[in-house]
Amino acid sequence: MANNKPTDISKITEKSPWQELTLGNQIYGPATSKLFNTGEWRTSTPKIDWEKCRQCLLCVPVCPDSSIPVKDSKRLDFDYDHCKGCGICVKACPFGALVMEHHI
Amino acid sequence: MSIKERLSGNEAVAYAIKQINPDVMPAFPITPSTEIPQLVANYIANGQIDTEFIPVESEHSAMSAAIGASAAGARALTATSSCGMALMWELLYVAASNRLPIALALVNRALTGPININCDHSDSMGAKDAGWIQIYAENNQEVYDNFLQAFRISEHKDVMLPIMVCQDGFITSHALANIELVEDERVKAFVGEYQPENFLLNEQMPMAVGPYAVSNYYMESHRAQVEAMENAKQVILDVAAEFEKISGRKYGFFESYRLDDADYAVVIIGSAAGTTKDAVDELREEGIKAGLLKLRVFRPFPADEIAEALKGKKAVAILDRSETFSTQGGPLTSEVCAALYKRGVNVRAFSYIYGLGGRDYTVEDAKEVYYTVKKATESGEQLSEPVYIGLRSREDD
Repeated sequence: MANNKPTDISKITEKSPWQELTLGNQIYGPATSKLFNTGEWRTSTPKIDWEKCRQCLLCVPVCPDSSIPVKDSKRLDFDYDHCKGCGICVKACPFGALVMEHHI
Repeated sequence: MSIKERLSGNEAVAYAIKQINPDVMPAFPITPSTEIPQLVANYIANGQIDTEFIPVESEHSAMSAAIGASAAGARALTATSSCGMALMWELLYVAASNRLPIALALVNRALTGPININCDHSDSMGAKDAGWIQIYAENNQEVYDNFLQAFRISEHKDVMLPIMVCQDGFITSHALANIELVEDERVKAFVGEYQPENFLLNEQMPMAVGPYAVSNYYMESHRAQVEAMENAKQVILDVAAEFEKISGRKYGFFESYRLDDADYAVVIIGSAAGTTKDAVDELREEGIKAGLLKLRVFRPFPADEIAEALKGKKAVAILDRSETFSTQGGPLTSEVCAALYKRGVNVRAFSYIYGLGGRDYTVEDAKEVYYTVKKATESGEQLSEPVYIGLRSREDD
């Protein structure tokens, strides 16, 4: 019988007993990665200079974490909850509108 | 009516696969298991089954593809031997921790080095701690029967673990022997369809497989795998009981051969059990109460049942077909001794190594084990253990 119940991952925590984990730690339900804030792994942060940005959108498809939201054909500021600070967007920007800020 | 045939162990496994008609089989050839995917590919080319065969570029890829297929919701299997399994190593653990009921037809062969392609149990014994169920066979009939039971065990909702169905390279994989096959319809009804609760191709319920488990989850995940292994014990017995109804052949965790009233017992795995049975019969003629425990299920390890079966024996010889290099003997010795000690069964246990890299093990060798063990037990003599059967040594002179 196919499962139709998404995993409530708010109920699986570091306090959960082993009996309450899912089979093989599988997570059921769509887009659950949104709930996992990988942005806290970041040690360097990309910043945008809106003066220089031409909205060419070359940075958007190269982002491995889909952390550059686009609305009405224009990119918005970074989704810092999920951006891991890899810097690929900075390399892709032809206009020098993106720079990395290093925290360490 | 069952079908009487003459098949090698490889042919028997391939025939079982044909009857099961699984969804996906990724495989890479390696002696002595090559024949299994080769025969299955023939069945597919002839239109006899509709399994998706993936000719992968390595065993690492074979297990990876099986994992992907199984996670997608397919009944997946592969076959390999020796170094082929060694190359799968990393993925064996992934299959188990992701709780994917993949079947692996393993034809036991020594691990290189030194380079050797003959029968021993180094490959599967090396993978004994990977989280797979392991079932071993004495002959072609048993490996066929074990394979038919494999998916029923691994896919059981209380188990959901991958399963390794092992047989002895060349000795059973290549030797023809009489066999009784179960009719196609009965196999089909017995094995059934795989209906996973969760699978990647279920568009109604997307899922994530194999997420990162940090220190706060890894131990709990392993404990859950152990529970599944524990559950597998009852499932193995239930499936065997059901299989007996369609085949007339009886299986358990192990076979006890003239063991109940035996004074001296040998514990052994695989084809060498057949040789040992002949020795037991001859020794009984001589008035020696010899018996045999042939282990079928090594993972999960039926420790309670083994300890119970060996309780009260004058001595036990445990024969391993692989080394651990611990200097304490092989893996079977360690497990059996731990089972006895933890249950307070105080039986003298002797550690033996035999048959490495295809070294012959004869009825005479088996008889010598019983003679030696009996003499050492009666005289209280210490043996230099592990005892190596057929080893050339300066000390022989």
